[in-house]
Amino acid sequence: MKELVEVIAQALVKNPNEVSVTETGDAESIVYELRVAQEDMGKVIGKQGRIAKALRTVVKAAAARENKRVTVDII
Amino acid sequence: MISVEKSGKTVEEAIESAVLELGVDREKVDVQVLETPSKGFLGFGGKLAKVLVTVKKVDASAVAREFLQKVFDTMQLTVTVEKINKEDHVIFDLRGNDLGVLIGKHGQTLDALQYLTNLAANRDADDRVRIILDVEDYRKRREETLANLALRLADKVKRRGERVSLEPMSPHERKIIHMALQEDHRIVTYSEGDEPFRKVVIALKR
Repeated sequence: MKELVEVIAQALVKNPNEVSVTETGDAESIVYELRVAQEDMGKVIGKQGRIAKALRTVVKAAAARENKRVTVDII
Repeated sequence: MISVEKSGKTVEEAIESAVLELGVDREKVDVQVLETPSKGFLGFGGKLAKVLVTVKKVDASAVAREFLQKVFDTMQLTVTVEKINKEDHVIFDLRGNDLGVLIGKHGQTLDALQYLTNLAANRDADDRVRIILDVEDYRKRREETLANLALRLADKVKRRGERVSLEPMSPHERKIIHMALQEDHRIVTYSEGDEPFRKVVIALKR
């Protein structure tokens, strides 16, 4: 699922090489911290957080399949 | 189309400086060698390599397909993607086992993935493309469900004389409700509230 966050973020930004995702949390509830280049922040957040919301929706759907709860934080 | 002509001691060197000037990755350009270098004699009469480097045209729907494939791979889903070209948009119909996960409640996940796919496809594209994602005709079935709901609620409004407001819906879904009732001369429909909580109201025409 970490790869899923990476795949989506890399497809949206101008600088895919600067996308990094770290994973924290326990077995049931995972927190993904997504970092992108400063100029790409808007590309993963979007107007009124629309892109961030879509990204979270897709990642949460994937997580639900594995009975896990995930949070995606953009840092 | 953007292209640049460059010279260098070797073909590779010429390409390198062209790519640097264009500010793109090496894989994203086409190279045409205009002149191959020659050493000359004792440093005289040597010829530099000359290349014409052109930024490749990006095919948005190919990018979209690649993006979806990567997403499905990481989700460990086996999905067949069928591309259907329409006049002003492209439909990707997704088929496979157990794809309910891609639809989500009222198609929320499908809408989210569709939004992300459009962004990914059009990031570097020369010609924008509008992509619709569907899972085994889910959108068509949802359309029928919404149209039926609209007709049922319109009957209720006529019987009771009270207006009814529906749950919040996406612009596309609201449009389906409006369309389903536009022929009904006793009924008006309009939307109220702000996105993403905007909803359709069905009321009697005065």
